Amino acid sequence: MKIRLDRVVKTFNTFRAVKDVSLDIESGELVALLGPSGSGKTTILRMVAGLEYADGGHIYFGEQDATDIPVRDRGVGFVFQHYALFPHMTVAENIAFGMKVSKVKREKAEIASRVEDLLRLVRLEGLGGRFPAQISGGQRQRVALARALAVDPKVLLLDEPFGALDANVRRDLRRWLREIHDELGITTLFVTHDQEEALDLADRVVILNEGQIVQQGTPEQVCRDPKSAFVTRFLGDANRLSAEVRGGIAYAGGASIAAGDLADGAAELYARPGDLSWSQEGPGIAASITRVLDRPGGRRVITITTDGDHLEFDVEPELSVRAGQQGYVSLRRAQVFAV
Amino acid sequence: MSAIRTGRKPPRVGDNPLFRGLLIGIVLIVGAILVLAPLILIGFQAFSDGWRVYASTLVHPDTRHAILLTVITALIAVPINTIFGIAAAWAITKFDFPGRRFLLVLIEIPFSISPIVAGVAYLFVYGLQGLFGPVLDTYEIKILFALPGIILASMFVTAPFVARELIPLMQAQGRDLEEAATSLGASGWRTFLTVTLPNIKWALLYGVVLCNARVMGEFGAVSVVSGNIRGQTNTLPLHIELLYHDYQAAGAFASASILAILAVITIIAKVALERQGAGRVPRPALVTQVAVASETKP
Repeated sequence: MKIRLDRVVKTFNTFRAVKDVSLDIESGELVALLGPSGSGKTTILRMVAGLEYADGGHIYFGEQDATDIPVRDRGVGFVFQHYALFPHMTVAENIAFGMKVSKVKREKAEIASRVEDLLRLVRLEGLGGRFPAQISGGQRQRVALARALAVDPKVLLLDEPFGALDANVRRDLRRWLREIHDELGITTLFVTHDQEEALDLADRVVILNEGQIVQQGTPEQVCRDPKSAFVTRFLGDANRLSAEVRGGIAYAGGASIAAGDLADGAAELYARPGDLSWSQEGPGIAASITRVLDRPGGRRVITITTDGDHLEFDVEPELSVRAGQQGYVSLRRAQVFAV
Repeated sequence: MSAIRTGRKPPRVGDNPLFRGLLIGIVLIVGAILVLAPLILIGFQAFSDGWRVYASTLVHPDTRHAILLTVITALIAVPINTIFGIAAAWAITKFDFPGRRFLLVLIEIPFSISPIVAGVAYLFVYGLQGLFGPVLDTYEIKILFALPGIILASMFVTAPFVARELIPLMQAQGRDLEEAATSLGASGWRTFLTVTLPNIKWALLYGVVLCNARVMGEFGAVSVVSGNIRGQTNTLPLHIELLYHDYQAAGAFASASILAILAVITIIAKVALERQGAGRVPRPALVTQVAVASETKP
């Protein structure tokens, strides 16, 4: 089911949570709404679900205007951040709930066999008789997904689906959700504030800030070509340097890099830790090492430039570096934005 | 040896054995004098003239009528206040609306107001010289000095009991469960019956038990509006007072023992319900800012 948001507006009291958001989600696509807290991403999700009503604009499901269809009849599967499993029902009863209350009457046996299928799909065979309090957080999340899928939703909506889980479980569930999505082909929209999660999981990432979409595209597009300083900063660690653009080249300290078609004048330059390198001789930005952090995957060096900017970057673990060393930082890649 | 003892530190900060013993001792003694002794005394006094007098007091027509009236009052007032309590708790915890905090305070008023003030207020509203008195008189509707007055006064006093048990719990549970049920296609009524109610049932029962105990034991407000007509508008607490003023101490204590037994049953039910509820609290209270901070748990 294709979803289309057309200039959707939502205001809470006087706070404009969502400002004129238009968005197209293709049928079968897996899309992430990514943004810091307060960016309106959850509000958008809840409006698509029908848990909040839009103050302005329209939401279309396929060709149908779904803006005023109540949540009950909208045919969406919603997975809550804290699962919202019914604590007084077993796992199987939780999954069967949607089918039991449905207007479409089903036989008891039919419901039971569908619950079994869903338990198998979310790899929880044999746990149908447990109560939510008796299973782990990751298992609860999978029950919540099975419950949402049980009503054959046209659209699957997930609010911070892995927010309350620890890092290892998160990574496993992420891969698994992707597999389920590919298997069922259901249009899926999920909200997250975790960049890694959005980039790992989604076909397309929609980045929001202060109630507006600031950029959208495939993970590759948003990572390689961020359109603003905000997107660059938000997507991951970045070193910021003040720079000056002259004739299409940005100069920062002793380093320079192509600035595309940016006009001459003051600019800011962002470089990822992996985009900087360290050498004893120039050219580059003169700096001295303040700290060396050893990590399983490599070695991170924190330096301070002569201008007082802090720069962080990664080096090979074999490279001999120590605090107090003097040297030069050179730029391999960077994003330059006008100030 | 005393040097070693004084040098020893208590196992935890504030866990001084002397202080602990003293505090526990004081609480036990005061509790025994204030609470336990009078209750035991009721038991003794009720049987002071023997079983026969105790039994004959209880089967006396006035006593029987008082018990009947008390039960009827409870049977009407408690269900109404239960429904009111659920509605109020639902409104306050699941909706945002202007005046939400005001409603919360309004529900609490009967707790802080003297019941006798409530009784007098009803006199002013429904009494012959009162606001609606003349109108009611024309249509020969009797509210004061009759069952409706007694029920109204009892309901006023016990209005907060159910709501106050439910509000903190429903606030902690939030709206997620209801939203989940609705998104799965359940109607509002079905959501209430199959999702909300099972998760609040222990707190609800507890509120009902407390409400019932208070309705049956209410004296102040009821005594103003009932008129204390023996065998007609006398509830059990009023009956006890009348007996006592008639120097029928044994009879008064016998009737009082019924209320005391009710109290004991209430406490047993309370403990049992709390134990049942304890295993089912789904999440710790996340939202408590509107919770009644000044409340003292009965």
